[in-house]
Amino acid sequence: MKRLIAGLPFIAAVIFGGFFLWGLNPDRDPNEIPSVLISQPAPAFDLDPVPGLETPGLARSDLVGNERPVVVNVFASWCVPCRAEHAVLTRFVERDGMRLFGINYKDKPEDAVKWLNDLGNPYERIGSDLSGRTGIEWGLSGVPETFIVDSDGTVLFRYVGPVVGPDAVERFTQALKQAGALPNGAGS
Amino acid sequence: MVPEIGHFALALALALALVQSVLPIAGASRGNAVWMKSAQATAIGQVLFVAIAFAALMQAFIVSDFTVRNVVENSHSLKPMLYKVAGTWGSHEGSLLLWILILAVFGAGVAWFGSNIPAETKARTLSVQAWISVGFLSFLLLTSNPFERVFPPPLDGNDLNPLLQDMGLAMHPPLLYFGYVGFSIVFSFAVAALIEGRVDPAWARWVRPWTLAAWISLTAGIALGSWWAYYELGWGGWWFWDPVENVSFMPWLLGTALLHSAIVTEKRDAFKSWTILLAILTFSLSLLGTFIVRSGLLTSVHAFAVDPERGVYILGLLAVSIGGSLALYAWRAPEMEPGGLFRPISREAGLLVNNLILAAATGTVLFGTLYPLILEAVTGDKISVGPPFFNAAFIPMMLALVVFMGLGPFLSWKRADIAGLLDRIQFVAVLAVIAALAAWYLLNGGPIMAYLAILGAAWLLFATLREWALRIRLFEVSLAESARRVRNLPRASHGMTLAHAGVAVLMMGMIGSTGWKSEEIVFAAPGTEVTIAGFDITFEGAAKVQGPNYIADRGTLVVRRDGELVTTLFPERRYYPVAESQTTESAIRSTLAGDLYTSIATPASDQVNNAGAWTLRILYEPLVNLIWIGSILLVIGGCLSLSDRRLRVGAPRRAKQPATDAVPAE
Repeated sequence: MKRLIAGLPFIAAVIFGGFFLWGLNPDRDPNEIPSVLISQPAPAFDLDPVPGLETPGLARSDLVGNERPVVVNVFASWCVPCRAEHAVLTRFVERDGMRLFGINYKDKPEDAVKWLNDLGNPYERIGSDLSGRTGIEWGLSGVPETFIVDSDGTVLFRYVGPVVGPDAVERFTQALKQAGALPNGAGS
Repeated sequence: MVPEIGHFALALALALALVQSVLPIAGASRGNAVWMKSAQATAIGQVLFVAIAFAALMQAFIVSDFTVRNVVENSHSLKPMLYKVAGTWGSHEGSLLLWILILAVFGAGVAWFGSNIPAETKARTLSVQAWISVGFLSFLLLTSNPFERVFPPPLDGNDLNPLLQDMGLAMHPPLLYFGYVGFSIVFSFAVAALIEGRVDPAWARWVRPWTLAAWISLTAGIALGSWWAYYELGWGGWWFWDPVENVSFMPWLLGTALLHSAIVTEKRDAFKSWTILLAILTFSLSLLGTFIVRSGLLTSVHAFAVDPERGVYILGLLAVSIGGSLALYAWRAPEMEPGGLFRPISREAGLLVNNLILAAATGTVLFGTLYPLILEAVTGDKISVGPPFFNAAFIPMMLALVVFMGLGPFLSWKRADIAGLLDRIQFVAVLAVIAALAAWYLLNGGPIMAYLAILGAAWLLFATLREWALRIRLFEVSLAESARRVRNLPRASHGMTLAHAGVAVLMMGMIGSTGWKSEEIVFAAPGTEVTIAGFDITFEGAAKVQGPNYIADRGTLVVRRDGELVTTLFPERRYYPVAESQTTESAIRSTLAGDLYTSIATPASDQVNNAGAWTLRILYEPLVNLIWIGSILLVIGGCLSLSDRRLRVGAPRRAKQPATDAVPAE
């Protein structure tokens, strides 16, 4: 009995050690926070178009009833990573047939217009979220963020940060395929 | 050239550590006095070489030698000199070198001062200490060489994180490490005792000064870190239950338990295997802290640059040192014969309760800190455990502890006289209740827990003072006689009184600043007035100012009370162009009654900026300074106890040993 008690600290240390070893897995990122929106209906919102752009505004109803899931990207002209991400998203739209909607977050309309004119506009619709209210509804932790929304308005996937670099593109492509957001055969 | 000397010195220190880890312990088992004696030279040699390496790194920082990668990444030629020096331990590599330096200092300390320790024990202890040195020196040399060169050298460095450019930080890591790592020698003593299979009161007496020294530094280090978070980081609080705060707090809690249980071992030859276990676990928790901070295991505001390879290496070190020592414990501890018997109401029982509560509290903090990791491993869910859990679980335990803390010193060893005890404390209890009721009457409002805490703190303070008064027989005999008794009382006894009173003062500060804190966050244009805790504060506007290596927005706040000008505060928001980061410099009006704490933040969007409006955060934290005062009392109490004749290095031993002058067994 006494021997058993004296051995308890050792056993506890071994158990803790096992957890630590597991925790060191390099793929694990303790900073990654799962979105509470996943598998939840997308929030209700109705945003006006960006003044000076031909592109129509964006509301929740635009995300619902589509043939395939669609992608909602939150961007701003003042956000440098968005600039890098822009090319990737454009490629997804042009090459793979992804349907992309944009929320222009806390951005001056004239800046947004200039930005899109310079870089091109891959967005079908863009809502202007000047107050940042819609961003809060979506639980934004920063810009850019990208969501995949099912045709019944359910959020399927959330990507925090720019979809840039091979790993991120790979993850995002997988998510698009799983959601069935790409026409058959695309996304290779 | 100098960095190479430093690198070479580290390699030599590793060689010496390797010799020291084998030769003395082999000598101890063979009775070879020369081999045992060798530890003395190698321990001192080690500290010299590690100090040379540390000095070499510091020199690279002072002269801004940008051929050294570590300097490039953590320094800048324009940085003030003090922070260039402090930059030495601002990075992962540098702080690990400091860690090793302190490890070597404690080893050399035992080698140099431990003349009263028997040769075998000393040799074994120093060998165990060298095992730790070997582990960490090889870790430093193999995975995190601080002297790595970079080619081509850049023109200037990346600057040290500006948050770290503060006097508090310059001192915080060295003190904290001194405490953390100081427990290593206690660990080595414990492992040596397990190898010898013998623990006696003399052992407890050799260990006590080292435990105390480490505990004092850890107390000061934690308090300084907390002070830094409060004043520098602009967090408006002094404790956040952040994982990294917790890992420094756990060794403190367990170290406090160790200090008390070692007293029982010293005076009564009891609690032996428990004391050994505490010694092992305290240092294990220090190691755990080192591991967590450097492996990216948990999210935290602290954390160094994360590298999984390093994490695996430290985990290996942990497995060997903690696993090995606990296995040794499981094997040898059951053979230790239990010591003196005691009754349920006695000093021993009081200290036992103290130990149980402190150990349970440590377990709670450990559990809360690691729970996110465990839950994620088992279910995949991600959560974070925050202050609500710790406050709910930890505070009640501390209140229970405080009750026993007040009671303990009144109890006599072996068997306390219950009637006499009640007689002595009833007055104190009544006084504490009156104090709590008075607080209730005067303050009306605030959480009920806060009043319980006031009751606890008042009880502890009065009980501590009463016990001290009893010892010097204040008002029973003439004042001159009392003064004579004060002088004759052992310093350790004064130390205890001061430290216990310090805890009471500390508690008062914590209660005041959490229970009665008021906070206003306003979006203010120039001319805006805010009223908080009786102060009328007017925001006059903000202006740009230029500092040595930063640019700042400085707000001007005029503080009035009842129309009278109290003070003008200038909180700043600083931007460091080189490091591309910002810091908040809060402006604080500090008095004993409370701190008026103001900070300014950049406005959220451009449109608002044009209107000249700023986000102001204004807090009033009553009694918060008592936290620092209480911490200082704890440290002074510890120092007094350390200077006790019984522990003083080189002081002649008393004729009678405490082990034998104890009351004969019944």
